[in-house]
Amino acid sequence: MHIPDGYLSPSTCATLYAGAIAGWYAALKRLKRLLLNRVVPLISVFAAFAFVVMMFNLPLPGGTTGHAIGVTIATIVLGPSGAILAISIALAIQALFFGDGGITTLGANCFNMAIIGSLVANGSYRLIAAGASVASKRRIVAAAIAGYLAVNAAALIAAIEFGLQPLLFHDAAGTPLYAPYPFQIALPAMMIGHLTFAGLAEAVLSAGLVAYLQVADPGLLQGTAGVIASTDDGFMVARPAANSQRRLWLAVALLMLLTPLGILAAGTAWSEWSPSEFARNGSPAQAVTPDSLPPGGIPAGMQRLANLWTAPFPAYAPPFVRSAAFGYLLSAMFGVGVLLVLSLLVQRYLERRRATRYSS
Amino acid sequence: MKRGAFMDSTVVGFVRALGRALMSEEIARQHGLLQALDPRVRVVGLFSLVMAVTLSRRLAVVLALFLVAVMIAIFSKVSISTLARRVWLVVLAFTGVIALPAIFITPGNPIATWAGGTVRITAPGLTTAVLLIARVETAVTLTSLLVLCTPWTHVLKALQSFRLPEEVIAMLAMTHRYVFLLVETASQMFESRRSRTVGRLPGGEQRRMTARTAGVLLSKSIDLSQEVYLAMQSRGFRGEVRILSDFHLRSRDYVGLLAFVCIGVIAVWMGR
Repeated sequence: MHIPDGYLSPSTCATLYAGAIAGWYAALKRLKRLLLNRVVPLISVFAAFAFVVMMFNLPLPGGTTGHAIGVTIATIVLGPSGAILAISIALAIQALFFGDGGITTLGANCFNMAIIGSLVANGSYRLIAAGASVASKRRIVAAAIAGYLAVNAAALIAAIEFGLQPLLFHDAAGTPLYAPYPFQIALPAMMIGHLTFAGLAEAVLSAGLVAYLQVADPGLLQGTAGVIASTDDGFMVARPAANSQRRLWLAVALLMLLTPLGILAAGTAWSEWSPSEFARNGSPAQAVTPDSLPPGGIPAGMQRLANLWTAPFPAYAPPFVRSAAFGYLLSAMFGVGVLLVLSLLVQRYLERRRATRYSS
Repeated sequence: MKRGAFMDSTVVGFVRALGRALMSEEIARQHGLLQALDPRVRVVGLFSLVMAVTLSRRLAVVLALFLVAVMIAIFSKVSISTLARRVWLVVLAFTGVIALPAIFITPGNPIATWAGGTVRITAPGLTTAVLLIARVETAVTLTSLLVLCTPWTHVLKALQSFRLPEEVIAMLAMTHRYVFLLVETASQMFESRRSRTVGRLPGGEQRRMTARTAGVLLSKSIDLSQEVYLAMQSRGFRGEVRILSDFHLRSRDYVGLLAFVCIGVIAVWMGR
């Protein structure tokens, strides 16, 4: 899933760098509050571990082999903030030192695998393993499902990035300038490989590692087990997210949910009528000015001024909005919003449950 | 699958990675064009060329940048056969497979048809496939030149002078160090297990074995990070990273930077 240089347009790369930088900043800030100087060696060594584990050839059912990313086990042991940094550092070393994965696409790769991957792994693992003891079998199943979902979510986001390229970036003749395949090809092409091999590899590795750690080193699983962990090692501190941050995420989620609705909603905003609104029978524009206008009439001044200035994007819509494929982008945005809201709800539910358990 | 083949291929992967790292150290020690320039100029210059490659919309301009990359490689004593083997063929195999169907399925004017028009090559299809391959080849060649001609500490120092947070530089430096240690540890574990394996392991056992190897490596990594942390504290680490070797921009560095930026700007302008 490492996207090399040249597959994504510079503006896509810049947008995803911005997303990745926001994730890195939040993760670093949160970790520094919890761990201070312990962050650097812990994340570094874990990043090295993730780097090496990415090179493991995992035997899969059916006789083939696959490679895992290691983002799920990183999330289970370090929590999402630690996983975001560790996997990003591992990806940066791959790009800057071994030349695997691009430099311009490093932001995209980190966004897909480190940020989306660890957030999905964190949500699904905590949801499925909620309330289970550290030694419970449910944690193994949770790790497997979290691994499978995390890799496939990352692949889906990558597929959306690929699918957007021919829609948004082509020359005058319509020849795609970057990744050439539209959604109907990019989505199945990316997802088939990840739904079968890559997702399975991550599931096998995560489940196997959790099963091993339950026996050999259960302390490492306590950080995300939902129980108050010992802080002897100095890095396993379960602490609910700050309220202000949650409000921010909730606002982002609502905005993402509402933006596509706003674009797709029928009708015009009150008093922002175009001249044609006055001509349309039964429109609110006619209802406001019933006396001063003949039926179907357009105010003369408005008619005169209407042609003075035409917006470069008629009705705020750049040309690609009218293509059916733009609907995919809107649906994706809507989908991410739904996921954000769901994960906030799950987090809230788990915290309430934990709180009642400790108070009783 | 052959007995223990998954272990063999993992170990082969490790050896290949170590080989590449050794090779880049060797090339970085040579006296060539890129090696003579300040690492910051190398990072900024090659990155601006990669940006020019991704910004350019014309095939001819991307191909011209590819020629520039080849010239830089020759003057920096990076052997063309190494580049061809390790970069160009690998990229061609990977991106070629991805780009090939685009030749047939991109809508547009057909320039050749077979089987009564059901299989056809279209002009935009051919252009987009060749453009993608050329772009990826050129960008990866430029990145590889940076990686091959610059010791890792110099890359870090260059990143440090671009005001990356100290913690990030420290993490990159330490991760790089421990990658080699952990690769060696993992490779020894696989080799010892391989030498003790007789006959064929069932699939489930293979998976358990690999996961356990990863588990042992994880426990070792966490212990190691604890030891490193204590060692850092006992030596008075307070968060700042110092890399010996001072960089000074000389006149040739300014000339080099100007040349890189000019080539980049001209390419972007011509490739609009």
